[in-house]
Amino acid sequence: MRIGVFVCHCGSNIAGTVDVAEVAKRALTLKDVVHAEDIMYTCSEPGQAAIQKAIQDKKLDRVVVSACSPHMHEVTFRRCVEGGGLNPYLFEMANIREHCSWIHTDMPVATEKAWDIVKMAVAKARRLEPLFSNEVDINKDVLVIGGGVAGIQAALDLADAGLKVTIVERQTTIGGVMAKLDKTFPTIDCSACILTPRMVDCGQNANIELMTYCEIEKVSGYVGNFTVDIRKKASMVDWSKCIGCEICVQKCPSKAPDIFNVGLEPTKAIYIPFPQAVPKRAAIQTEYCRYFQTGKCRVCERVCPAEAIDFEQKDEIVQKQFGAIVVATGLDVFDWETGYPEYGGGKIKDVISGLQYERMLNASGPYGGHVHRRSNGEDPKTVVFIQCVGSRDESVNRPYCSSVCCMYTAKQALLTKDHCGMDVEVYVFYIDIRATGKGYEEFVKRVQTEFGVKYVRGRVSKLYEDNGKVMVRGVDTLLGEQVEVAADLVVLATGIQAPEGAKELAQKLNISYDEFGFMKEGHPKLRPVETNTAGVFLAGASQGPKDIPATVAQASGTASKVLGLLAKDKLKTSPMIAIVDQKNCVSCWKCIDVCPFSAPEKQEQRDGTFKSHVIETVCQGCGVCVATCPVNTISLKGFPTDAILDQIAEVLQS
Amino acid sequence: MADTKTTQASGAASGAAPSTSAAASGAAGDRPVKIVGIVCNWCSYAGADTAGTGRFKQPPNLRLVRVPCTGRIDPLFALKAFEKGADGVLISGCHPGDCHYSEGNYYARRKFELLERMIHYLGIPKERFKWTWVSASEGQRWQQVVTDFVSGVEKLGPREGRAL
Repeated sequence: MRIGVFVCHCGSNIAGTVDVAEVAKRALTLKDVVHAEDIMYTCSEPGQAAIQKAIQDKKLDRVVVSACSPHMHEVTFRRCVEGGGLNPYLFEMANIREHCSWIHTDMPVATEKAWDIVKMAVAKARRLEPLFSNEVDINKDVLVIGGGVAGIQAALDLADAGLKVTIVERQTTIGGVMAKLDKTFPTIDCSACILTPRMVDCGQNANIELMTYCEIEKVSGYVGNFTVDIRKKASMVDWSKCIGCEICVQKCPSKAPDIFNVGLEPTKAIYIPFPQAVPKRAAIQTEYCRYFQTGKCRVCERVCPAEAIDFEQKDEIVQKQFGAIVVATGLDVFDWETGYPEYGGGKIKDVISGLQYERMLNASGPYGGHVHRRSNGEDPKTVVFIQCVGSRDESVNRPYCSSVCCMYTAKQALLTKDHCGMDVEVYVFYIDIRATGKGYEEFVKRVQTEFGVKYVRGRVSKLYEDNGKVMVRGVDTLLGEQVEVAADLVVLATGIQAPEGAKELAQKLNISYDEFGFMKEGHPKLRPVETNTAGVFLAGASQGPKDIPATVAQASGTASKVLGLLAKDKLKTSPMIAIVDQKNCVSCWKCIDVCPFSAPEKQEQRDGTFKSHVIETVCQGCGVCVATCPVNTISLKGFPTDAILDQIAEVLQS
Repeated sequence: MADTKTTQASGAASGAAPSTSAAASGAAGDRPVKIVGIVCNWCSYAGADTAGTGRFKQPPNLRLVRVPCTGRIDPLFALKAFEKGADGVLISGCHPGDCHYSEGNYYARRKFELLERMIHYLGIPKERFKWTWVSASEGQRWQQVVTDFVSGVEKLGPREGRAL
């Protein structure tokens, strides 16, 4: 056996804390190691060339690169080793950066640890075998979860490229949060004017199937071959007949909270969220429907000209196959009523959230765009905006910046002047102004100078009602004094949070999420739209707070990644899977019991008995069966037991 | 502080631990404790990466072995580590519900709950063994887990002798 060890400086990232030359020198003393060198940047072109040259010159049959995390560059180096003429799986990585140089400061200590890590990697390398990938067919259909602007953009891009796309959306219409917005910053163009044509495109595109009022029930399979159970929720309306005429909505006697209008005014128990909904179909919220609650009514059924009402409808599970999945589940607005009791906790009628204000401003909203006080209907004379509500606030467990509130507050301040007249006093309480996008800073400046919106730097500690006004008590930290404003209307720049059910969905998809429920990307810079689960991609605010330009850009980026994946006809599977040595198999079938993927099967032998056999294209390589097999006759390629034990032994030998 | 030694090990469970009697105690000296960590690729290994990227400083006593899933970990690995002289063994994977392979961590949980309960029968104080969950985004939590575990093991000091 001829092992080569390459120890990376990574500039000063590793070499600043680890004596890499010493580690390389010591590596030469290890059994089977015939070549060791330290390289400034091993992942660079000359670095990779040095590895390939050493493979040729020194006839290496195993390569150990001691550098960063395998999550960073394992794929890079496998390709490099393959280019040098070795099987790519005769390669092992020793992580002396993330797991050593970056977490220690003392050079002798870090060098000893790095040395141990290299020894372990060499020990494992000795046990490596050449592995070979299989090829499987791939399904080229794509599932997009979420029908907001991210999902719409990704779906249209993919459909344009000729792929079949299914959008699953849990509301009855696509459009998401953007459909609720009045105008968009910094151009003040109308949100619906930009979005609704794209929604219609989705509805009319022959390559796009809309499954609205549906939720993901279960996901199984793997990249190229996902099987997804989709729950079609009972809308109590036969959508193949419904024509969206809204007569039922007009005649329905029961009121229900209006999710689309963020609870400003009630809607009806049978509802269509907004006039431009796609698809424009009615649904009944049964918990508010008079018929479902009391057994009497059926008015909608009587007035429907299309005879579309179906009180007997039940949820239905539809199973579909996909090759790739795009998660575009968007965002929720922070629940400020629970989080901020000091702002009245929702009890003060003239304190509303930013999204509610969008609906108030919107011409097709419940008030036809009339900005007014909800307490008495009067036009406001003083409007106060409070930024960072449920954002950059550790006391409500939202330490992150929601990234859009500074800008939408500036936009709403401008629109307030536009709707109510320039003589209306507008104040914005802020912590910092974050206007980092193209044209954003100029926009905020314009709002301040041209529109005369008064920006006060400081937090608001309390909102309370007094003499028909909402008293805003805060501090101006620039002047260093307390301020109190008697406002007619207070708008809270409520932050962004992960939507309800995000964690549960992530668990169904086997993808990672952070402590706030945002989906975790493969790598923040190198793989920003991929997840660590092959075939599952991210778009929009599902991954973190984002504004519309960033969301659309990311969705198109995601679409191109999906296209890259599905441009192939066959997909190489990972060869790091379980294999059964059948001669020792005792047919206990424990492997079948524990496998999450049903990869092991009973295979008939020539003598008529049955032994376990792992279906290569189904196995995902977790190794649960390996640790379960009572006779140790299953092994996991790439992670054989003897390699793991050798690694452990190597650490403890001293 | 020496561990209590027993003279037999229960080899039946995994066929692993050899029944060797404990080596006579001798001063283990002031050597730093050595801890073997076995972590899953998707959550805890990546969580340790996140800790590294965030420069969350940690004590240098831990050596990590990467496996695809905690479900891959045979309790034998932990016992072998103790047999070879590890002063502590740390096992970490994905939080319940978050397993990359859906349920591998549940199988791990059953095994390691049992192992945790029986490990003192082998003469190893339970403070030398820990299994936990750290996700890929929990760099700071990883730092905390490692720091706490190492300081707990340091309180007991290095194990004397090698065999179980």
